[in-house]
Amino acid sequence: MDFGFIFSSAAGELFSPTTAAYALAALGLAVHFGYSGLLNFGQAGFMAVGAYGFAVSTLSFGVPFFIGLLIAVVCSAIFALLLGIPTLRLRADYLAIVTIAAAEIVRYIVTTNQLTSVTGSANGLAAFEGGFYSMNPFPEGSYLGMNNRDFFIRVVGWGLVIVCCVLVWLLMRSPWGRVLKGIREDENAVRSLGKNVYAYKMQALVIGGVLGALAGMIFTLPRGAVQPANYGTELTFFLYTCLLLGGLGTVLGPVVGAMIFWVVLSLTQGILYGLIESGAVTWLNTVQAGQLRYILVGVALMLLMIFRPQGVFGNKKELAFA
Amino acid sequence: MRSTPRGLSHRRRGGLLKAVGAIFAAVVAILLVVAPASQATTPSPTPSPSNQQFQNSISGFLRDDARAPIADVTITAKSGDFTGTAKSGANGAWTIGVPVQGTYEVELDESTLPEGIKLADGQENPRSVTFSQTSNLSVIFAFGKGIVVQQQDFGQNLLNRLVAGLSFGLLLALASVGLSLIFGTTGLTNFAHGEMVTFGAVLVFAFNAMSLPFWLAIILALLGGGLFGYVQDAGLWKPLRRRGTGLVPMMIVSIGLALAVRYVIQFYFGGSTQQLPYAQSTEIQIGPVSISPNNLWSLIISAVVIALIGIILLKTRLGKATRAVADNPALAAASGIDVDNVIRIVWVAGGMLASLGGILWAYYRPGVTFDMGSQILLLIFAGVTLGGLGTVFGALIGSIIVGIFVELTTVFGLAADLKYVGALFIMIVVLLFRPQGILGRRERVG
Repeated sequence: MDFGFIFSSAAGELFSPTTAAYALAALGLAVHFGYSGLLNFGQAGFMAVGAYGFAVSTLSFGVPFFIGLLIAVVCSAIFALLLGIPTLRLRADYLAIVTIAAAEIVRYIVTTNQLTSVTGSANGLAAFEGGFYSMNPFPEGSYLGMNNRDFFIRVVGWGLVIVCCVLVWLLMRSPWGRVLKGIREDENAVRSLGKNVYAYKMQALVIGGVLGALAGMIFTLPRGAVQPANYGTELTFFLYTCLLLGGLGTVLGPVVGAMIFWVVLSLTQGILYGLIESGAVTWLNTVQAGQLRYILVGVALMLLMIFRPQGVFGNKKELAFA
Repeated sequence: MRSTPRGLSHRRRGGLLKAVGAIFAAVVAILLVVAPASQATTPSPTPSPSNQQFQNSISGFLRDDARAPIADVTITAKSGDFTGTAKSGANGAWTIGVPVQGTYEVELDESTLPEGIKLADGQENPRSVTFSQTSNLSVIFAFGKGIVVQQQDFGQNLLNRLVAGLSFGLLLALASVGLSLIFGTTGLTNFAHGEMVTFGAVLVFAFNAMSLPFWLAIILALLGGGLFGYVQDAGLWKPLRRRGTGLVPMMIVSIGLALAVRYVIQFYFGGSTQQLPYAQSTEIQIGPVSISPNNLWSLIISAVVIALIGIILLKTRLGKATRAVADNPALAAASGIDVDNVIRIVWVAGGMLASLGGILWAYYRPGVTFDMGSQILLLIFAGVTLGGLGTVFGALIGSIIVGIFVELTTVFGLAADLKYVGALFIMIVVLLFRPQGILGRRERVG
């Protein structure tokens, strides 16, 4: 077994664009669930709206990169408003069911054969990332062992993560953020102080949703393709695992949680594959090893929730639930 | 049902950890039994012999709309001066090895299709396909029986879909009544209910693969489903209730459980679709309605079972106790009802109902897959939410509405691959105007 390779590929996951996308989307969930107590189970839907909003506007309308970005962000904000209007007055579990249903509706709509000319149905869309990479300021060459393309997407992805983290941090220590945390603790108390709870929740839903849309774009750009199968309910559940790993009501928690999630996944895969190849493990094949990792994710989510709901960084007093 | 109030036993963290471990081990142990059986019968996909010397390939399965494989169809892939050809094998699989990843023009030779089968409307042929980062590109050709099917008139079609929808709605109701009972008595929104549905169908497949008689396989699968419910409650949910874990954390725990169980099932069952015995059936004509015997049986069985549940809930002591616990657990405990026992029975019954629903769902689709339960989980939720969370009869009505709605939308011109969207959309709209659902009470909305 080549431990050097296993560890280097696990370390590579630490700053991969996918990790950045997970970190951003989980940060959006932290705004929703960690700070406002909104149980959004449709973050995969927000990511899909972002990714498809960008891809479709680039491919079908040929808009430049930044207009496409703007369209994706606006689409996700509209999606958040549409979701929020019927559900924000309801109890947490209703919101959970409606958001997960809305995310699935988005996935069914982009998968349907009726819209193949626009969304590419199950095969998805590709070749929309040209506008992004044409802005690459790095000349060709090797940067920390990566080519200029890979390096550029990492710089942009993690730059975006840092900017969003700072923004969320500033927002949450502002008076606005304090009201939001107040809503999480006791909605009626905040309402009795004359605050419009509904409006605050809606704003939080939009902000977290926009973060999800940005995450969706960072997720698809390095792949150069967007496919509906990537945006199933599992994605949302993985994001919740990241969030709970790091800590709910924290800014850095989701980022560190996403890093831990991907490094652990990569390590277990590397070690399992190594054991299988060396013949030490014969009761598994490589396909099953891949499934074993997801079993571990499920068990980890259960154990985290039961024994350490505040995650690595969280404060038990800051939990969105008693 | 009446018993003295129990002393609270305080098993804390250690006990809970053991319990979580035990439930997981139990699931694995049960599935270990399944593994050899299911793997032995898994047909290994044998792609037709073709240009295997290339690393990249374009492949697919040809199946008609009844999911039966279509063999001996010629498919060609072209790019520049490269041309690769393949014939689909006995299981409908075809693979064309190609030298480089890129864009290819794939053409299906329609003259080699069996009689009566043609490509579905809107299926591009030839079409141009492009690799995206993977070494295998799968191309799906959808078939419809366009030529042989005679034009059905609208009323006839409507009636058939209505009956099919009723059958589907009743099988959904089996699962959602269990979910609703569990929600009513414990407050838990159980995201792992879809896996309980899958579990029943997978167990029937496993027992059948062990060449047990069909009726025994069904009974064992129902018992297995009940056992799964019991183990879940005893090993996981009861200790969590003892600890006073909140409802939202429990919901997230159930998501973790759903993921774990779904992939445990996939681990042993594999990713392919398997058929239960007697899954193939031709439609029969009863009066003006044409329905497959399986659907008819499914309709009768679920209607009878649901009627039984209704009678039990309304007439027996156990049913009254269950409704009392759903209404107010503290008050029920104070009036001498053993709440823990009621909840245990609800979990066992919920597990058995979900198993039965899963078996019927395997015949309705038809086919058993590891994620068949999670595919209808949201429809179950839609049924429960439509009827009103926690109300058993609401869940029944809501599920029937969802089932009929899903089937009817295709009659009124919605594409078949969007039929679930209609049901989910209706759920959101109902929540907008009557958030407590059809039979729910206002206070439950909170």
